[in-house]
Amino acid sequence: MADASSNPLQQPLPDGTIPERVVVQTERRWIAIMAGMLIVMMAVIVVTGVTHALHPPSNVEVIDPQTLHLNGEFVESNLGTTLEPDGSITVRIIALQFDFVPHCVRVPANTPIRFRLTSADVIHGFLLPNTNVNTMVVPGFVSEVRTRFSQPGEHEMPCHEFCGLGHHGMVTHVSVVAKDSFPTQGLFDRTTCAQE
Amino acid sequence: MHKSSRLALYHFWVAFGLFVPAVLLGAWQMWMRSPSPAPLHDRPDIYYASVTLHGTIMAYVLTTFFAMGFGYAVAATSLGRPIRGTKAAWIGFWICLVGTLMAAVTVLSGNASVLYTFYPPLLASPWYYVGAFLLIGGSMIWVVLMSINMNGWKRDNPGQPVPLAMFATTATAYLWAWAAIGVLLELSCILIPRAFGWTNLIDAALGRTLFSITLHAIVYFWLMPAYIAFYTLVPQAAGGRLYSDTMGRLTFIMFLVFSLPVGMHHLLADPEHGSGFKFVQSFLTSLVVLPTLVTVFSISASLEIAGRHRGGRGRLGWIRKLPWDQPMVLAVGLSLVMLGLGGFGGIINMSYAMNSMIHNTSWVTAHFHLIFGGAVVIMYFAIAYEMWPRITGKALRSPRLARWQLWLWFLGMMIVTIPWHITGLMGQPRRIATFDYDISTVAPMGPWVIASVIGGFVLLLSALLLLVILFRSQLGKRVLAAPMQYALAVNPPKHVPVSLNGFAVWNSIVLALMIAAYGYPIGQFFFLKAHKVPAIEVTSQSVPAQELK
Repeated sequence: MADASSNPLQQPLPDGTIPERVVVQTERRWIAIMAGMLIVMMAVIVVTGVTHALHPPSNVEVIDPQTLHLNGEFVESNLGTTLEPDGSITVRIIALQFDFVPHCVRVPANTPIRFRLTSADVIHGFLLPNTNVNTMVVPGFVSEVRTRFSQPGEHEMPCHEFCGLGHHGMVTHVSVVAKDSFPTQGLFDRTTCAQE
Repeated sequence: MHKSSRLALYHFWVAFGLFVPAVLLGAWQMWMRSPSPAPLHDRPDIYYASVTLHGTIMAYVLTTFFAMGFGYAVAATSLGRPIRGTKAAWIGFWICLVGTLMAAVTVLSGNASVLYTFYPPLLASPWYYVGAFLLIGGSMIWVVLMSINMNGWKRDNPGQPVPLAMFATTATAYLWAWAAIGVLLELSCILIPRAFGWTNLIDAALGRTLFSITLHAIVYFWLMPAYIAFYTLVPQAAGGRLYSDTMGRLTFIMFLVFSLPVGMHHLLADPEHGSGFKFVQSFLTSLVVLPTLVTVFSISASLEIAGRHRGGRGRLGWIRKLPWDQPMVLAVGLSLVMLGLGGFGGIINMSYAMNSMIHNTSWVTAHFHLIFGGAVVIMYFAIAYEMWPRITGKALRSPRLARWQLWLWFLGMMIVTIPWHITGLMGQPRRIATFDYDISTVAPMGPWVIASVIGGFVLLLSALLLLVILFRSQLGKRVLAAPMQYALAVNPPKHVPVSLNGFAVWNSIVLALMIAAYGYPIGQFFFLKAHKVPAIEVTSQSVPAQELK
């Protein structure tokens, strides 16, 4: 132990090796840098939200999950793709253990689209990869998300919220077709691709 | 063995004893969801029970028991006097343990596959909820004891600054008390009454919102022991001094204040809240970056002091001179790497808009496994290696093995989480027992999922090594252990302002912020017309045959 004290590595550092003034100064500078980083972060969040039209579903619309099939916009005959008078598209889907109804929906590319979803039982999740469509589907509420597909393609992805023991068998299917090959339909027609 | 040492040791053993089987479950789950057939691959029901148990143990048991054990050890050693209320502490320990076993047995019996986040209107056996309530509620005894011990010391040492380690531990306790309010209310007012059949319809949206109060702050509760080690153990282990005591105090105060009114960023994709409060809480979440950035700076500066004292020269030469053979120093290096990567991912998660790209995908799983499973848990290991000789009175056997264990944990976590980030960007949802890899959008994920399985087993190996090291050390010969030493600041505080030596003012600010941030989002459910829903039991429900692929 005698040579321990002669080894500088064993000696504790004395107090004040860096003066208090220097410590405070350096920290002030660092805090200024951090504030700058925060401002940039917030700016990125606001700018991406506006320019990429990434708006989380926030419509706070209540609906009774026990009477979905009896009346209102989610009755069976009203599910699927609707062509609105202004040329936009509305898609209504019910999520339930363990499927989406309709099982497959077809929509045209390059058209404003409004998805309206609700759940008949527990919480589900609806996500279309490589798009801004990603929402929870909470029973008692309607989730509305808006998007526009730039090109045709098939979007298939399992339900993204745990909904029971058959969760993995529940798959979203949205088929995007070219605008000109999307069949024209009347105001009261509803299309799906569930039977194909 | 000293009274408080035995207390700490029992808590640590429950934490690590259940941690290792939970890692095994995690590794199997990753195999299960991969294209390669795992044992029991035709039993998705077991997968969901396993995810529930893995989450329950990692999120509630490992963390709560570790924080409590660490808190008792810090209170006894940093205040330099026996802790008050040991009897109450033991009562708390047994309540938490009974709760843990009750919850675990219910999950294992297949009657509580609802995940640790509960997800009403899914409904589990009441005993799972009661178990969780006992575990979380029981830990409130610890919260009270930490407060009593800090304030008692302050009364006996008027005008003296509370040692940073104890100040930070008390901040952790208050943070946990605030965070637990959400989950305790959800359990006691919504889930337990429904599970026993006392109520009929339940307010699932309110339950989700209450849980969101807990869900973000709980992550900082998990994180705090790691940060306490960063500030008070790392500079000491590296042979240096803490750069600034004041910054340490500010960091823990900022965690207490900023981690609470932010939980709604977990509900950004939910339909039951408007965009205003989502945006406000997303904005507040970005402030929580501040204490972490302060910490990265302070710890790097403290390590630089140590490196230069050991003869390091030049701009970066001091890094090489640090004692990397010390588990604590090695762990902090690896931890900061994971914290950096995981923190970057987290900024995407909490962004009001960008979250849409990755919400509820494996990107999120990757994020919290890096931050919590990686950066935080690796510090739990280092703390255990530091504390073991002090609380058992036996030397840490095989420090070499300890270094291997830390490296393997780091490598395993990287191999697991890099693929998860990538599949998350592809849209891969979390918590899916088996994927149909024939689907064109799912197929490209296959190779990445296989890669992550390898990481899972590296983590399992590391976890087993941890048990071996702790067991071997405890079975060793009794030696005279050096007392616990906490890092001194370069300029030790002689006097600190009242606001940096206690929490009265900060707890009032938290209360005001919570009312501002959550008052309307919670209050709206009491005015919103019928939105209550029937509960759906996950226990009795039969799975249609075609779902069992």
